[in-house]
Amino acid sequence: MSSVDTLNIIQGDVKKRIDRWLARYPVDQKQSAVIPSLRIVQEVNGGHLTKEIMDQVAQYLEMTPISVYEVATFYSNFEHQPVGRHKICLCTNISCMLRGSDELLDYLKTKLDVDVGQVTEDGKFSIKKVECLGACVNAPMMQIDKTFYENLTEQRLDEILDSLE
Amino acid sequence: MVELNLCCYRNNHLDKSWDIDTYISQGGYQVWKQVLSGELTPQEIIDEVKVSNLRGRGGAGFPTGLKWSFMNRHSPGQKYIVCNSDESEPGTCKDRDIMRYNPHQLIEGMAIAGYVIGASVGYNYIRGEFWEPYDRFTRAIMQAREAGMLGNNILGSGWDFDLNTHQGAGAYICGEETALLESIEGKKGQPRFKPPFPASYGLYGKPTTINNTETLASIPMILAKGGDWFAKLGVPGAGGTKLFSMSGHLEKPANYEIPMGTPFKDLLSLAGGVWKGRELKAVIPGGSSTAVLPADKALAMNMDYDSIAKAGSFLGAGSVIVMDDQTDMVKSLERLTWFYYDESCGQCTPCREGTGWMYRVVKRIRQGKGRPEDIETLKDVSGKITGRVICGLGDAAAIPVASFLQHFEHEFRHYIDHGCSIFDRA
Ligand SMILES: Cc1cc2nc3c(=O)[nH]c(=O)nc-3n(C[C@H](O)[C@H](O)[C@H](O)COP(=O)(O)O)c2cc1C
Ligand code: SF4
Ligand code: FES
Repeated sequence: MSSVDTLNIIQGDVKKRIDRWLARYPVDQKQSAVIPSLRIVQEVNGGHLTKEIMDQVAQYLEMTPISVYEVATFYSNFEHQPVGRHKICLCTNISCMLRGSDELLDYLKTKLDVDVGQVTEDGKFSIKKVECLGACVNAPMMQIDKTFYENLTEQRLDEILDSLE
Repeated sequence: MVELNLCCYRNNHLDKSWDIDTYISQGGYQVWKQVLSGELTPQEIIDEVKVSNLRGRGGAGFPTGLKWSFMNRHSPGQKYIVCNSDESEPGTCKDRDIMRYNPHQLIEGMAIAGYVIGASVGYNYIRGEFWEPYDRFTRAIMQAREAGMLGNNILGSGWDFDLNTHQGAGAYICGEETALLESIEGKKGQPRFKPPFPASYGLYGKPTTINNTETLASIPMILAKGGDWFAKLGVPGAGGTKLFSMSGHLEKPANYEIPMGTPFKDLLSLAGGVWKGRELKAVIPGGSSTAVLPADKALAMNMDYDSIAKAGSFLGAGSVIVMDDQTDMVKSLERLTWFYYDESCGQCTPCREGTGWMYRVVKRIRQGKGRPEDIETLKDVSGKITGRVICGLGDAAAIPVASFLQHFEHEFRHYIDHGCSIFDRA
């Protein structure tokens, strides 16, 4: 992640990706691309947003900084503190709870020796409790990065975490 | 035997079901071609959809044909068709599998809907966590463009239709249709005051129709096989098949597409029955926002709007959450009250404050610190939200509280009196 120029993040590939989103909306509605843009810069920045990054999004989309901060704090996918290289999002809502997500969360916390919201010492993982992710028939489940892992057991969880770089 | 997968999931079993070639081999895009050739007029389509008795699958059950007739196709200016794939109601995961396994049927449905209401642009709002469905759907759009099914002057018809995806970023409230529009506009997802309704003031202030994924994906089959075919699959007043997400304490939890009106008992057997040989205790039939029902009521109902309403709940999005006889209802309600507290957008005082109150009181009871008056407090607070808020989330937050207390008050009392659940030895 050291190659990211956080003072000039919207350039090259990042700029191209944002521009592709902009092309989806009417030309006078640049603000529509704010969520996708924040998702892209968050990803490039290693998983969280900073004020200086949000300010650049504001400038690029011709928005006031405050309206970008509002969006960035309203939606739960945006992070304002560093997260692990892999953000483990474990669903603890009703269908997952009925099939053991609380026990799985305890297992995960013990295994990684961190609490919800913390990052492991090696920076590899962080744990987040999330609301229903829309995979309830395969509960319990979690999302890591862009992938859903479903029908979890402690053993499956071990295998999945071991398989990640 | 219940016949499965007659409409939205009809292709899901096929190899590479998400590819355009597979879809076309199953008759896909035929209806769209008929529409473009003028064989089917917008009015004929609306009439057929009315005959089909298709009711909105997003949760409210509003008749789709009627909704479309609110739009004036010939009014000047841009109009929009928006698909609601936010799918965030706890217990709901049916739309995900439409986008993963049958995305072209949704595209065809959106294109037809856009044509009917006079919208040359459409957006599919997909919840931000759904990467695989997003990738499948986006790729399907590209395939449809290459095949000449989307774009400008489609198949020489003179009609343009441009379709795009939009991604959310984690907010249940964005499933509410006006919050969803705000979200596409790049704002916080806070619902708008209504009226004006989206049909007159929608996306970017333009006339807009918003439908659920399953609703729109049903359209091509309704027009291919006839509104009558669809209507007859269901019951009077609610046609078709319906997708049910069967989650919770089941042997075979999964999404099942079955005819509307199928007995709950049959659906339960399809899902392998209650797991571990246990007894059924309770069922939430339509997603977390619908009232919980005790086993006897659930076992006597059929899976359609009227029958579930008679049992005391709502079909909602068809998200059936099954609970076995060892379920702690206080803990379950604690989780649900937390959810609404966590997801309230904060605009209306009764919802913002009420959801917090309800959560804290249920949590206190669950921690064994409940007070005798807490049950009355809960009933009082839940009763004061309904009807005093801008959107359905506030009402929805009150429903679990009221219904859990209606049917399982003794479990709450036990916690208050003994400091522990009915399963613990005091
Ligand atoms: C809090 C809240 C959440 C909602 N979430 C969804 C959702 O995830 N998907 C959906 O289609 N409709 C959802 N709805 C219903 C929509 O507002 C709207 O009624 C629906 O998308 C209309 O489509 P339909 O007529 O095809 O059902 C939600 C409503 C509320 C109040
Ligand atoms: S009812 Fe709740 S979620 Fe809906 S607008 Fe009011 S505060 Fe927001
Ligand atoms: S409750 Fe966990 S995915 Fe829906």
